Amino acid sequence: MSVESTALGLAAKLGLNVFKEGESFHIRINPGQEGNALLKKVISVCPSALYTINDNGEVNLCEDGCLECGTCRIALGIEVIDWQYPEGGTGVQYRFG
Amino acid sequence: MEESFDAIIVGGGLSGLAAAYTLAAAGKSALVIERGDYCGAKNVTGGRMYLPPIRGLFPEIWDKAPLERAIVHEELCMISATGSMLMRYSNEAVAKEPYESYTVLRANFDRFFAKRAERKGAQIITKAKVENLCFEGDRIKGVVVGGEKLYANVVIICDGALSLIAEKAGLRKPGNKKDFAVGIKELIELDEERVNERFNVVDGQGAARLFMGDITRGKFGGGFIYANKGSVSLGLVLGIADLMDLEPAVAAPDLLDAFKKRSEVASIIKGGQTVEYSAHVIPEGGYKKLSAFSGNGVLVCGDAAGLALNAGITVRGMEYAMASGYYAAQAVIKAAESNFFTAEGLKCYDRMLDESFIIKDHLTYKGTPHALENHRLYTYYPEFVTNLLGNLYSMPEGPKQRAVQSVKKAVTPGVIWNILRKDLGGLSKL
Ligand SMILES: Cc1cc2nc3c(=O)[nH]c(=O)nc-3n(C[C@H](O)[C@H](O)[C@H](O)COP(=O)(O)OP(=O)(O)OC[C@H]3O[C@@H](n4cnc5c(N)ncnc54)[C@H](O)[C@@H]3O)c2cc1C
Ligand code: SF4
Repeated sequence: MSVESTALGLAAKLGLNVFKEGESFHIRINPGQEGNALLKKVISVCPSALYTINDNGEVNLCEDGCLECGTCRIALGIEVIDWQYPEGGTGVQYRFG
Repeated sequence: MEESFDAIIVGGGLSGLAAAYTLAAAGKSALVIERGDYCGAKNVTGGRMYLPPIRGLFPEIWDKAPLERAIVHEELCMISATGSMLMRYSNEAVAKEPYESYTVLRANFDRFFAKRAERKGAQIITKAKVENLCFEGDRIKGVVVGGEKLYANVVIICDGALSLIAEKAGLRKPGNKKDFAVGIKELIELDEERVNERFNVVDGQGAARLFMGDITRGKFGGGFIYANKGSVSLGLVLGIADLMDLEPAVAAPDLLDAFKKRSEVASIIKGGQTVEYSAHVIPEGGYKKLSAFSGNGVLVCGDAAGLALNAGITVRGMEYAMASGYYAAQAVIKAAESNFFTAEGLKCYDRMLDESFIIKDHLTYKGTPHALENHRLYTYYPEFVTNLLGNLYSMPEGPKQRAVQSVKKAVTPGVIWNILRKDLGGLSKL
């Protein structure tokens, strides 16, 4: 699938990628860190916009469309999140790179 | 215990494949473990590889390598909120074989390089993640994959910018946001004819167009468009710390969309179709943030060692990755002569890097990360240049000023003072 490049939202862009599902998600906010102020700052840096604020003002992490780019691990540090690569042969598989 | 491999290589990107290729070519047993479905499946680059420093290290691969276009135009576009200035440099004398640099797509290039390494005798396991290292005392002896232990004389860590495995080896600490950028990119298909027309090139030749200024909202970073055969690679490189502090906050994907909507960019990609969206972190801390390169039974290469370099507005990492992989292999070959794979036995790798273009380049650009933190580069100068040109080229209703008056109006003593005092020292580091 492909779309005229100039008029394309993020969801549509992510829809172009090949993702292979794994058993469990590879990034987790560490217990007790849910209220860490840094989490609000990571919302704007995730290239897939997977960090969002819910109705209670807490930051949630969505699992679909992670590019394994590592930005949130660098931005938040290992105290705030547990960040591993997904299992071999799962996750995003670039066809061009 | 009999060692199973001369070397196990964690990660089948450019550095890992270069190490495997070189070891196998010398008759050593090399096993690459790559977590992607194939080599290149997890790898992102902007797109430009310089061959002069690495051509001779892998002399047999280039004639068939999947290189996209040879770059013959260097273009820099300074962008203010509403204006821009485009500079183009080209030179007939170098726009011919052997070309200096090419655009590449990693899924193609890495897959090709993996095949060549296998042809030399390297073994590559894909879809497999290295979970941990095996230690015997403080000596690294192997890796754990799928709960199984695999042993080698040396483990070569080539797992890219985050390098979780080098952390486990105790050779580096988790990265700091000030020392990393994130690159986000779209691959946009555009037929060859249109690429030729829009970049003013002929078949096989291409251009690199870099952007700096308002597209990163005055923060550390820049934009790029590289011409491939039948596509363009378009993206932004954004300093992570700066991006987190942007006020008001702008989401990275929105910055990319705003970049694509600029008329300077939209005119190039018009009619093109996005076929992939990718992102990856880039180490940009420079010389001071390099990791340890060797330890007891272990070596580190490429981005995993922090070897990518932001030399002004271009990112270079691919040549350093390939060359460091080559030298890691040479170090293993040398250490094998005396069967001495301890930290001391492998220290020759550090010396090889020091003597190569890799560390020499990093020393040359030692002050660059700091100079690039000067936000005036992304705000003041693009505004200044476009204002000056605006004055020169605009035609008022009344009488027009002489050019020299426009220049005088723009280049006030205050401006000169600022350039001298605040910027020149830093700019000389680029
Ligand atoms: C947007 C962007 C633009 C860039 N532009 C340029 C450019 O124009 N020119 C240039 O020279 N450089 C550029 N770079 C930098 C360049 O891409 C990198 O320096 C280069 O890819 C580093 O190669 P590497 O082999 O060290 O790491 P990588 O290519 O990242 O390879 C690491 C490999 O290890 C694998 N891996 C990781 N962990 C494990 C594990 N536990 N088990 C198994 N496998 C694992 C990964 O799947 C991956 O294949 C750019 C980077 C980005 C992101
Ligand atoms: S790794 Fe990248 S894409 Fe995945 S959640 Fe973190 S920032 Fe977002």
